[in-house]
Amino acid sequence: MEKKKGWKEIPLGGLITEAGNAEEYDTGSWRTFKPVLDAEACNNCLLCWIFCPDTSVLVENEEVKGFDYKHCKGCGICAAECPKNAIEMVLDEEE
Amino acid sequence: MAGPSVQSLKLPLTGNDAAAYAMKQVNPDVVAAYPITPQTELMQTFAEYVHDGEVDTELITAESEHSAMSACVGAAAAGARTMTATSANGFALMWEVLYIAASLRLPITMTVVNRALSGPINIHCDHSDSMGARDAGWIQLYAENPQEAYDLLLVALKAAENHDVLLPAMVMYDGFIISHTMEVVETLPDEAVREFVGPYKPAYAMLLDKKPFTVGPLDFHDYYFEHKRQEIEGMLHAPAALAASAAEFEGLTGRSYGPLETYRADDAEVIMVALGSTAGTARYAVDALREQGHAVGLMKLRTFRPFPAAEIAAALGGAKCVVVCDRVVSFGAFGSPTFAEVRSALYEVPERPLVINYIYGLGGRDTGPDLLEQAFEEGLRVASTGEIKEHVGYLGVR
Repeated sequence: MEKKKGWKEIPLGGLITEAGNAEEYDTGSWRTFKPVLDAEACNNCLLCWIFCPDTSVLVENEEVKGFDYKHCKGCGICAAECPKNAIEMVLDEEE
Repeated sequence: MAGPSVQSLKLPLTGNDAAAYAMKQVNPDVVAAYPITPQTELMQTFAEYVHDGEVDTELITAESEHSAMSACVGAAAAGARTMTATSANGFALMWEVLYIAASLRLPITMTVVNRALSGPINIHCDHSDSMGARDAGWIQLYAENPQEAYDLLLVALKAAENHDVLLPAMVMYDGFIISHTMEVVETLPDEAVREFVGPYKPAYAMLLDKKPFTVGPLDFHDYYFEHKRQEIEGMLHAPAALAASAAEFEGLTGRSYGPLETYRADDAEVIMVALGSTAGTARYAVDALREQGHAVGLMKLRTFRPFPAAEIAAALGGAKCVVVCDRVVSFGAFGSPTFAEVRSALYEVPERPLVINYIYGLGGRDTGPDLLEQAFEEGLRVASTGEIKEHVGYLGVR
């Protein structure tokens, strides 16, 4: 467990002094259900990639490769929008 | 103390004129404000300075005080020296953002022309507006007259901007009684003020700093407390910053501004505590009672935040009875804010005085020397009998 900093060691007034460090914040832990891709059924229309509010659909060379589970909060929008039923929301039983 | 090092110019100014004149001489980068009685003249006068090109200030005429203070926060975070002014209900509308300004460590300087909060609606003076914000993280100074309205704004600005402090500051004076009363005010030359306040050096500046950063993000149980502890540290440095600013100001003007001021209090058995314009009336009452052979004195409290507890204990510790007069009611509390804190400050004094409290002047109720003499007479009775009948009384209510 990382030791948290004291008041003398942190930036003034709650400033975040590094740009883009929200990426380091593990919001995937908020999730109850996680999206699982059926690559056979997927036609790579990329609607899931367009609709994902957390840019958590991983795409390479215009093909869906899976999900960024560190940041996916399990909202299920990708599964709801998928025209091929290629995304299933399953109970995320990992910690 | 040597005399003033700078030749002053005497001008006939109301409290509002004096504060506007000080703002003109500071020439802040941004002023965002909304008009409200009795502050209106102040901002109107400053708007004329802007119109006439006498200042370089970007004046933002916001649609409410919530927006005005929010614009001040944005401007200050961008790196601008920022000032504003308000009263009463407008001040209350700023409430949420007052705390944000302080927690973001933005040294915004604001004049608060004291007026009773509604309801019932009223435009006259009491301290219910600024007293309510005593926990907001702002430095709070109470001016007695137009001269102090001018002087303290400059002293407060320099202390607020001190990098050991970095907290906003508000300077109060009594609505109408001071805001609309003309007195001769000694003003500094423009260059002396510019030199006194110096170029603005923000601790951070979103528009000027090269490296991007985020202002005002979410701050949970893991770090909120640490940021509040930082804010406390800023306030702990405020007494020294105010003293340094006041000392430099005294060098220029010969006028001295400590956290409190006493009058004929050294050998007094009964000392009255008062803030703002009532201190002047109290001096008159002290003289009248001294004339009759009563050992009475006054302690005028100028700095309410940071609260000068040690100085108060030293100033009042020798009295038999302290009479705290406050122009505000704190419903359900044990006495008014100044009473509670003065009484607490006296707790460890070896022979601590008895302390009584008078609420006076709510909604602008005139409080003349006769009423203060009544309060002194009760203080003298308490001092001689050692017996308090009522801790909290009300002066001049029917």
